Amino acid sequence: MDWAYFLQQLINGLTLGAIYGLIAIGYTMVYGIIGMINFAHGEIYMLGAFHSLITFLICQAAGISGILPLTLLLMLFVSMVLTSIYGWGVERVAYRPLRGSFRLAALISAIGMSIFLQNFVQISQGARVKPMQPLVEGGITLMDNGKFDVQLSYMQIVIIVLTLVLMVVFSLLIAKTSLGRAQRACEQDRTMAGLLGVNVDRTISTTFVMGAALASVAGMMVTLYYGVIDFYIGFLAGVKAFTAAVLGGIGSLPGAMLGGLLIGLIEAFWSGYLTIEYKDVATFGILVLVLIFRPWGLLGKPEVEKV
Amino acid sequence: MASAFASSRTNGPEVVKELAFFAVIALMMSVMILGVETVDRPTGLELAVRWDLVLLAIGSTVVGRLGLIFRRENISRLGQAILITVSAVAVFEMFVRFRDMDDRWASPVFLDMAFSSVVSVIVSIAFLAIIFAAAYFSMKDKTAVEVDESAKLSSKIQLMYRSNTKKIGLIGIIFFIIFPFIFGEDRSAIDLATLVMIYIMLGWGLNIVVGLAGLLDLGYVAFYAVGAYSYALLSQNFDLSFWLCLPLAGIFAASFGIVLGFPVLRLRGDYLAIVTLGFGEIIRVVLINWYDLTGGPDGISSIERPSFFGMAEFSRRVPEGSIGFGELFGMDYSSMHRLIFLYYLILALALVTNFVTMRLRKLPIGRAWEALREDEIACRSLGINPTNTKLSAFAIGAMFGGFAGAFFATRQGFISPESFTFLESAVILAIVVLGGMGSQIGVVLAAIVMIGFPEMFRELAEYRMLIFGAGIVAIMLWRPRGLLSFRDPTILLNMSQKEKVAGEMK
Repeated sequence: MDWAYFLQQLINGLTLGAIYGLIAIGYTMVYGIIGMINFAHGEIYMLGAFHSLITFLICQAAGISGILPLTLLLMLFVSMVLTSIYGWGVERVAYRPLRGSFRLAALISAIGMSIFLQNFVQISQGARVKPMQPLVEGGITLMDNGKFDVQLSYMQIVIIVLTLVLMVVFSLLIAKTSLGRAQRACEQDRTMAGLLGVNVDRTISTTFVMGAALASVAGMMVTLYYGVIDFYIGFLAGVKAFTAAVLGGIGSLPGAMLGGLLIGLIEAFWSGYLTIEYKDVATFGILVLVLIFRPWGLLGKPEVEKV
Repeated sequence: MASAFASSRTNGPEVVKELAFFAVIALMMSVMILGVETVDRPTGLELAVRWDLVLLAIGSTVVGRLGLIFRRENISRLGQAILITVSAVAVFEMFVRFRDMDDRWASPVFLDMAFSSVVSVIVSIAFLAIIFAAAYFSMKDKTAVEVDESAKLSSKIQLMYRSNTKKIGLIGIIFFIIFPFIFGEDRSAIDLATLVMIYIMLGWGLNIVVGLAGLLDLGYVAFYAVGAYSYALLSQNFDLSFWLCLPLAGIFAASFGIVLGFPVLRLRGDYLAIVTLGFGEIIRVVLINWYDLTGGPDGISSIERPSFFGMAEFSRRVPEGSIGFGELFGMDYSSMHRLIFLYYLILALALVTNFVTMRLRKLPIGRAWEALREDEIACRSLGINPTNTKLSAFAIGAMFGGFAGAFFATRQGFISPESFTFLESAVILAIVVLGGMGSQIGVVLAAIVMIGFPEMFRELAEYRMLIFGAGIVAIMLWRPRGLLSFRDPTILLNMSQKEKVAGEMK
C-alpha cells in the first residue's frame, strides 16, 4: 500500500468534495423548502464561474490583479452578488408561477430554464473553453518518499477553508437567525407559516439566493482550481451535486456536505486506483445503491407515507 | 400567493420604485454576461465591452414590466400590447446583436432588417402584429368571473375535443399517410416529417411510462441508445438483416428496462427521476469508453440500410441476386424511394406503438398503471403488485424506445454517443409533458411544435436551443398541464362525462 499516493487522493477528493458539497447545499435547501429539484442549479454554478472569470479579467484590465487578496475578494463578492440575482430571477420567472401546480410542471420548467441558461451563456460568451491563469500557486509538500510527492497546494487549502467557513456561517444562519427560523417553518408547513406571519414568498426567494451564492463560490473555486471553464460544466456538476444531496439525505444541510465529500472522495479514489473513464459510472452506481438500501440518505429521516 | 408588489396601490412613486428595482436587477444580471465579452486571443483572454446589449436588456425589462403593471392594474389593453411589443422587439434586437457587431453605435438591426426589402417589411409587420395580437388578447385582468368564463370556454373545447378524439386521430393519420404524396419530391420535407415521426414514436413510448404509469423517467434515451446500438452491432457483427434485428432491438431494450427497473422502481417520483438520469448517463459513458465494442466516440458508421422486406434493395447499384425497388414495381430508380419507404416505416412503427398503448389501456395491466399513478397505497391494499406493474410499464416503454432506436440507426447509417445525450431525454420528456401527460394526440402536437418548428428555422442555428429552452418555460407557465391538458383515468366509477370535466377544473 502506497500511503503517499493514498494521501494525495484523499486531499484531491476532499477538495473536489468541498466543491460538490457547496453546490449540493443549494439543491438540498430548495428541495427541503418547496420539494422540487431545481434542475437549473448546475447552470447557476456555471454562471458563478463565468462571473468570477470576467471579474478577474476586469481586474486585470484595471491593473489591480497584482494585489492578489483584493482580486480574490472582488471575484468572490461580485460573483456571489450577481449570481444570486440569477438564482432569484430563475425562481421568480420559472418556478413561482408554477408553485402549487402539479409537480412535474416545475421540473420541466426547470429543465427548460437549464437549457435556456446554458445556451444563453454559449451565445453571449462563446462556446469555446475559457482558460484562466492560475492565481494561487505553490503548495506544501507533505510527504516525499522518493518516487512520489504529496502536494497540498495553497489553492486546495483555500478551497477547503473557504468551504468550512461558509458551512459554519450558513449553518448558523439557518439555526440562529429569524430568517433561518422562517425557512425551517416553511419547510415544515408553508400554509401554516404563512398564516403565522412568515412572508413565504420572500423566504423561498431567499433560499434560492443563498443556494445560488454558495454555488457561485463553488464556480469560482473551480475556475481557479482547474483553470478552464465552458458553458457546459454546469450539467455534470449539477447532477453529481444532486447525487451528493440525495446521498447525504435530501433536506439536510450537514447531509449535503457529507454527501459532497463522499462523492468527491469516491471520484478521486476511483480515478486514482481504478479507471478514470468510469468515474461517473461509480458516482451513479453509489447513488443507486444508496437509494435502494437507504432511500432517505445517510443523515435524512425516513419519510412515512401517508394516505 | 400574491407577489410582493401586487398588493401595493399603484401611484406614481410606487411605479417608479418598482421599475427602478427591475432596472437594477436587469443591470446586474446583464452587466457581465452580456456587457462583457471574453475574446480568445493568442495571449489569453481579452475583454470587449458591449454596452448596447446591457442597455437593451434594461430597456426591455423596464418596458415589459410596465406592460405587466398595466395588466395588473387593468389599464388600457392597447397600452399593454404596445409595451409588450416594444419589449419583445428590444429582446429581438438584443439577440440579433450577439452576432458580430463591429460598430456598437450602429442603428438598430431590426430597423435595418425591416426596411431592407418589400418582403422584409411585410415579415416585420407580421412579426409585430403577431406579438401585438398575442399581447392584446392574452393580457387581461383575471377577475374571478373571467376565470370562470375562460374555464367554461376551455371545458367546452375539451368536451368538443373529447367527443371527437377518434375523428381527430383519424384525420391526423390520414394526413400523415398522404403526406409523401403532397411533398413527394421535397427531400427536406420528408426528412423533417420522418424526424418528427421518430419523436412522436419516442413520445408515445415514454407516455406509457410517464403518462400512464406516472413514473418520471429522465433517462429514456438510454433505451433508444440500446436499440440503436443493438441493431448496429448485430447487423455488423452477425450480418443480420434489419427485419430480424428490429424485434431483437426491442427485446434487448425491454430486458434492459427490466434489469434497470427492478432495483429502482421502488423509489418515489423525484428519486426515480434522478436515478434514471444517472442510468442514461452511465449508458452514454459506457458507449464512449467501451472502444472495442462500440467504437467509442467515433461511433459506428455505414450501418446497413433496410431492404424492402427482404424482397428488394433501394440502392442504385443492386447487389447480385436481388432486385431494385424500382424494378420490382416497374419504376425508374429514384433516391426518394428509400426516404419515403423509411417515412412509412416509422409511421407504421409509431402507429403500432399507439395502437398497442390504446389497447393496453383497456387491459387490466393498463388499468393497474393508471390506478397506480393515482394512488399507490390504495393499489397496494387492493392487491396490485406495484413493482411488477411498474416494471411492465418500464419494459414496454423501453421496448418501443428500442424499436425507435433501431430505426434511427438504419435511417442515419451512423450512430455515436453524441446522439444520446441527456438533452434528448429532456426533449422527449418535454414532448410528453407539454402534450399533456397521457394524451396521445397531445404528443403529436407537442412533437410538431418542439421538433418541427425548430428544424424549420435551421438558419437560426445558434438561437435554436435558446428559443427551445425559453419555449419550454413559456409553455409550462402558460399551460402547466400541457397543451391538451387532461390526465383523467380511462374509466371512473359513476361519473358522467360532464362531471369528469368539472372535476378536473377544480
